[in-house]
Amino acid sequence: MTMLPETTEKKLGLVIDLDTCVGCQACATSCKEWNAQGYSAPLEDEDPRGKDPHGPWLNRIHGYEVLDEVREDSRIVHFPRSCLHCETPACVIVCPTGASYKRAEDGIVLVNPDTCIGCKLCSWACPYGAREYDVKEGIMRKCTLCVDRIYNENFAEEDRIPACVRACPTSARHYGDLGDPNSDVSKLVKERGGFDLLPEMGYKPTNKYLPPRKRRDQAEEGREALPKSDRSMVDRLFALADSLLSGKAGPH
Amino acid sequence: MELDVPWTDHYGRTHKTMVGRPVSMHAMRGISAHANGFQTCRAVHLLQILLGTIDAPGGFRYKAPYPRPIPPAIKPTGKSGQVFPNEPLPGPPLGFVTSPDDLLIDEKGTPQRIDKAYSWDAPLAAHGMMHMVITNAAKKDPYGIDVLFMYMANMSWNSAMNVPDTIKYLTMKDETTGDYVIPKIIYSDAYASEMVHYADLILPDTTYLERWDCISLLDRPISEADGPADSIRQPVVAPDRDVRPFQTVLLDLGARLGLPGMTTAEGKPRYPGGYEDYIVNHERAPGIGPLAGYRGVDGTLSGKGAPNPDQLKRYIKNGCHFFHELAPEQKYFKHVNKIYLDFATGFGLIEAPNAIIHQLYCEPLQKFKLAAEGHGAVQPPETHRKRLIEAFDPIPNWYPPFEGKMIDETKFPMHAVTQRPMAMYHAWGSQNQWLRQILGRNWLYIAHQRAASLGIKDGDWVTLTSHHGQIRAQAKLMNGVNPDTVWTWNAIGKRSGTWGLENNAPESKQGFLLNHLISELLPEREGGYRFSNSDPVTGQAAWYDLRVRLEKAADVNGLSAPQFPDLKPVRAAQ
Repeated sequence: MTMLPETTEKKLGLVIDLDTCVGCQACATSCKEWNAQGYSAPLEDEDPRGKDPHGPWLNRIHGYEVLDEVREDSRIVHFPRSCLHCETPACVIVCPTGASYKRAEDGIVLVNPDTCIGCKLCSWACPYGAREYDVKEGIMRKCTLCVDRIYNENFAEEDRIPACVRACPTSARHYGDLGDPNSDVSKLVKERGGFDLLPEMGYKPTNKYLPPRKRRDQAEEGREALPKSDRSMVDRLFALADSLLSGKAGPH
Repeated sequence: MELDVPWTDHYGRTHKTMVGRPVSMHAMRGISAHANGFQTCRAVHLLQILLGTIDAPGGFRYKAPYPRPIPPAIKPTGKSGQVFPNEPLPGPPLGFVTSPDDLLIDEKGTPQRIDKAYSWDAPLAAHGMMHMVITNAAKKDPYGIDVLFMYMANMSWNSAMNVPDTIKYLTMKDETTGDYVIPKIIYSDAYASEMVHYADLILPDTTYLERWDCISLLDRPISEADGPADSIRQPVVAPDRDVRPFQTVLLDLGARLGLPGMTTAEGKPRYPGGYEDYIVNHERAPGIGPLAGYRGVDGTLSGKGAPNPDQLKRYIKNGCHFFHELAPEQKYFKHVNKIYLDFATGFGLIEAPNAIIHQLYCEPLQKFKLAAEGHGAVQPPETHRKRLIEAFDPIPNWYPPFEGKMIDETKFPMHAVTQRPMAMYHAWGSQNQWLRQILGRNWLYIAHQRAASLGIKDGDWVTLTSHHGQIRAQAKLMNGVNPDTVWTWNAIGKRSGTWGLENNAPESKQGFLLNHLISELLPEREGGYRFSNSDPVTGQAAWYDLRVRLEKAADVNGLSAPQFPDLKPVRAAQ
């Protein structure tokens, strides 16, 4: 069993906007690119050119079609999935060697590749499927929140963020301290009604998701009535042109 | 909506504010990929003009180098009498025709270009007609060719209409002489694509990470609505194999052939330093080169200025791009904004500060229509008159797409379209080992409602039949698609043995293309002539006019169809 810190100074994490994510996979490929070459071991793939290419990813995006049966209408929702850096992560508690740990200073959950024995207990314990086993290295892999970027003073300030956040072309991914109620990410969560995944499990995820907005034709706010005719000459001229061109009887 | 910014129009009148019109339109290029696409695009733009949303606050905004004169003054070169063997073309190959006099045809009306661009088949084909080159060369219509030279266009596969016949044409032999009908093919690509296998000479290209490039205001720059911008790519890794940047190879070939733009007066290579030398030192007109930033010997000039030997260093220092932000009074109504037009002239974007007036009535189109109606010295052949009269309306009109009109729509009641997967916009190669884990094969997406009426369940195999061909694919059902349309991801299907993939890769065994269903030629019209499956105005390939019939099919060993013979992996030349 591995102990958790009682509190952490910060709660660094991600806020992911399900409204603006378009499922382009830029975050997934950037994640793979950054994490295949830096911290820990390369994320090597098996059968990369063959029938069943597969390998560990620290971030995957699933696309769902969500059907509104009342409206007989559907929308596509893209759901990026990675480690949520929980406040009380079961994956750490079950680790028999202390390889999985939660950092007291910023709350990031990490795996020490030198002490991980690849027993996979953590991936069984995580209800979010956020950990992936690296067959080639024999160790468990997971999102590091790009710990080797966010404190890297060799980087320009704007690059000291996780690779996935840097890559997102629609700004659907946000990074910051969710333990600070005045941080931009905390304000965003409040404003948009951000939510936890599977809160009933009790692991208190740090990462938050912002729900898809209502479609414009469902939203009440911002709906404007069509302007009424002021019966001016110009208005009547346009109404006449409209009725002639559309072949419908005009309103006048 | 109003911006509190005074501005001056082309008559010199000052306006106290910029009055906007918050109507934006988003239309992607699929709109033009129909036989009536040009007129549809014109209709959209006409609506924007009438609504007053062109370059107005809240509306559609120009990005440099636009607005440009309408039409630009460049004419295509290549009339009979302008082209001679072993001599360079005396002018630009592409341009903007404004009347039948500008067409590249001979006195009999025969097309002069192998793709038949700028002929009566497609008078305003300002992008050329790449999709017709192989078919026309194989049919020797209008003539046969000696060499086919292509760069990064996968014309034996996902860039071709009618893949099975295209493959046949690429290897077809003349029955009497035994020679290939297309005698020599030179091809350049960074990857072992399907087209590489048909080349006599392969010029292996670098990737974008291994060479210099410029994203130029002379082509398709990175511009912003707030001002002209361009950028470069710089090599970040050295090639680890025997490859050269294609543009550098072109300059080398041009110098060896003695082309005047690529050699000095003494006949030596004009750009011995390769493409990076060209980017910095080429001038299209005095002071105007591929990059607009840091010009002049000391790098202080923008737009126009003498070449600066340190230009690329300056770009790298500035994050590999250059941006000139327009002054607030220049940012809108650029086509009639005096201060902007003066700036654009000095910057080299336009030649003179004249107002650019939008045309509601398009005189160049009317000139072609009149010719088809029997007026003027240059008139189309009888076979072409009817379709020219229909398509060249000077006011935007709508007419049915040709494929729908010329076949029995009751036999082919549905539409089939493709889109490129977003993940593939991050990289050239869908065969990339990460991208193929995300999407290594495609499915045919069908509306639940339509599938149910045809007895098709999720995961069933189906056939899709057009007037031209048939494919077999595996179905996935969804709600978010029109029941009369099926769709799939483009260019995921690969031919077995290509792209460095193993022969059992899902890209070739389950993946598929719609290209096999799309004919590059329309069915015969009166007189037996087969027109290109394209917009009759611009020659834009009518990919999206495809009509199909959907049926449930048997599972044949879990394979999509057609399956082509495996290609043998390309080996390095000795």
